[in-house]
Amino acid sequence: MKMMSGAAMVVEALKEVGVTHLFGYPGGAVLDIYDALHAQDDIKHVLVRHEQAAAHMADGYARATGKTGAVLVTSGPGATNTITGIATAFMDSIPMVILSGQVPSMHIGEDAFQECDMVGISRPVVKHSFLVKKAEDIPMAIAKAFYIANTGRPGPVVVDLPKDIVNVQDSHPYVFPDDVTMRSYNPTLKGHNKQIKKAVASMLKAQRPVLYVGGGAIVAEAGAYVTQLAELLHAPVCSTLMGLGAFSSVHPQFVGMLGMHGTLEANKTMHNSDCIIALGSRFDDRVTNNVDKFCPHADIIHVDIDPASISKIVNAHIPVVGSVDKVVLQMLELLADADFTNQEQKVADWWQQIEEWRSKKCLQFDQSSQVIKPQKVIQSLYEHTKGDAYVSSDVGQHQMFAALYYPFAKPRRWINSGGLGTMGFGLPAAMGVQFAYPDAVSVVVTGDGSIQMNIQELSTCLQYGLPIKIISLNNRALGMVRQWQDMNYKGRHSCSYMESMPDFVKLAEAYGHTGIKVDHLDDLDDAMARCFATPGLVFMDIMVDQNEHVYPMQIKYGAMDDMRLSKTERT
Amino acid sequence: MRRIISVLMENAPGALSRIVGVFSQRGFNVDSLCVAPTDDESLSRLTIITQGDDKVIEQITKQVNKLIDVLKIAELTEGPHIERELMLIKVGNKTELSRAEVKRNVDIFRARILDVNANNYTIEITGTSDKLCAFEDVMSQCGDIIESARTGVCGLARGDKALRP
Ligand SMILES: Cc1ncc(C[n+]2csc(CCOP(=O)(O)OP(=O)(O)O)c2C)c(N)n1
Repeated sequence: MKMMSGAAMVVEALKEVGVTHLFGYPGGAVLDIYDALHAQDDIKHVLVRHEQAAAHMADGYARATGKTGAVLVTSGPGATNTITGIATAFMDSIPMVILSGQVPSMHIGEDAFQECDMVGISRPVVKHSFLVKKAEDIPMAIAKAFYIANTGRPGPVVVDLPKDIVNVQDSHPYVFPDDVTMRSYNPTLKGHNKQIKKAVASMLKAQRPVLYVGGGAIVAEAGAYVTQLAELLHAPVCSTLMGLGAFSSVHPQFVGMLGMHGTLEANKTMHNSDCIIALGSRFDDRVTNNVDKFCPHADIIHVDIDPASISKIVNAHIPVVGSVDKVVLQMLELLADADFTNQEQKVADWWQQIEEWRSKKCLQFDQSSQVIKPQKVIQSLYEHTKGDAYVSSDVGQHQMFAALYYPFAKPRRWINSGGLGTMGFGLPAAMGVQFAYPDAVSVVVTGDGSIQMNIQELSTCLQYGLPIKIISLNNRALGMVRQWQDMNYKGRHSCSYMESMPDFVKLAEAYGHTGIKVDHLDDLDDAMARCFATPGLVFMDIMVDQNEHVYPMQIKYGAMDDMRLSKTERT
Repeated sequence: MRRIISVLMENAPGALSRIVGVFSQRGFNVDSLCVAPTDDESLSRLTIITQGDDKVIEQITKQVNKLIDVLKIAELTEGPHIERELMLIKVGNKTELSRAEVKRNVDIFRARILDVNANNYTIEITGTSDKLCAFEDVMSQCGDIIESARTGVCGLARGDKALRP
């Protein structure tokens, strides 16, 4: 039996579960662990500049790879600084393990220096947490934490480690468990056969079917099966903000993102459907609009790994608990015997209707404007990256423009904070992506507001030579807030504009990077080309139209398809 | 509607706070909560009385069941079940008449006097919550209630049904 210190056990167990990168920041309570990290080079430790960013980096890493992100922070302020990052991961079901230092066991509860009840403060935003009491328990706690984080509906798990159990002096027997199964935790993966039969019958009967694909399809790596199902049924496919890329956005059956800023055709298709096949989506309020008016004609088949998501907001006629890949495969097996010769004809009227909605071209924008339109920037970004970049986003108008104007053909390419809507997520998330895939093109689409939350990570980018491309849509305002104020508060722009904006080019340069300012539409294309031709990090500060709104947009209290199409038109 | 929800969970630190957290975070009511280890000491059994329509109860059971420490959950009020609650109540009685009245009602309700003092009795009573409330009412008529403590309801399904790991 191997004998080692608690600190060494932490590092050893992290290796055992396959951690390659540990995003963290040292402090008193974790110095022993840092000392143990110093003695090895299997795990790359990334020194961030703020613990919130460490959590977002681990999150970006996890979203891009499907692997569990790992974070190490000290007790007290180190731990509390991660909370926004943990909540962000929790809302979007992202697997992450946060190791937090804690004051020595005998001082817990004494208001000791840098003490904070991390298990307590994180409780509402974690899938589970452990306060480890004995050094011998460290391997089991870490093994379980990683198991829980990345099985079932994934989520963040906190492991709180008191300083006395990780000290480097004492030695304890190290036993990594062979098996971490828990009697109280057995996620259902395969769907119930009876439910699958019902679902399949309903799909086959449908005249106006639609697939409503969410983040669960990405988590389950179910893209290929979902595509097969869609093609068999010849059904239109809509995606949530979180699901983009699970089904290719350039597939002819794709009708767009749905919901608050969804396309007209996606929302119309949903509203008029007679059979909604919801795959790993959760009927979020940013999708449904007024629940009482939600899709009145549809039979709803709801596939989700989390039983609590089913019939939480909208009643499911056919609930199926299971992971999207397994369940859709089961459906495909049943459908193998079905006769699809008339399927295309069966849905011909439906498609004719959908084409009519499509012909409204709801994403059109003013091409004659000499002011740079934000949509134009995203289109240019798409061209210059051949649609194949990892695009991380912050939160605001720019996020919606990116989601709508950058079609994602592959899963895990679109990295954004959908559930919590965390400004400051984009840059660190893109860094996490870049650590996972050093040779990939990792882009951040951001705004002048969001980028200033976690801008300090430009320093981390320099330290690790991360060639991130930052596309900042600078509208000199908190654009999304301003849009709501225009629409709902008679244009009273209370605290939604920014005075004293920094010179972002100089700022990028001060951090040792390249900055490019773009004022004129005519320069956009060249500047974008220069951005991707320049090695290293480039900060693109692009002056875009301050008055642009994101459209389409659902009208409050309306049905899914009650939408504003521009400042003057509505459905 | 009043519901009894029974939960079997790991007897682990923090498990209870997670359950209570689900209720407070999601705005569910807790009327009473009763928790203790079971015959298998690694497990705790928790009984919650709550209010809500079917949709709310469905969410409560699903959200609680989702917690990693929870093994099983059942709504006892869905089927035939037995429920009991225990109350300790201290009743002041200065007059002989009052003392006699209290004693008479203790017999009627099959309660038990546990402690006798010059000025008060401390009484134990078990039963359904309704019975306890009725007893409390009667006591307030024949004496002065000084204080009372109730355990909250615990219950089991009738017949072969059981909540086991
Ligand atoms: C941490 C945080 N604080 C506040 C908000 C509310 N909020 C949503 S969008 C937005 C404006 C974002 O401005 P900017 O980053 O400049 O993007 P734009 O909308 O202009 O594209 C704000 C303040 C938020 N989502 N996150």
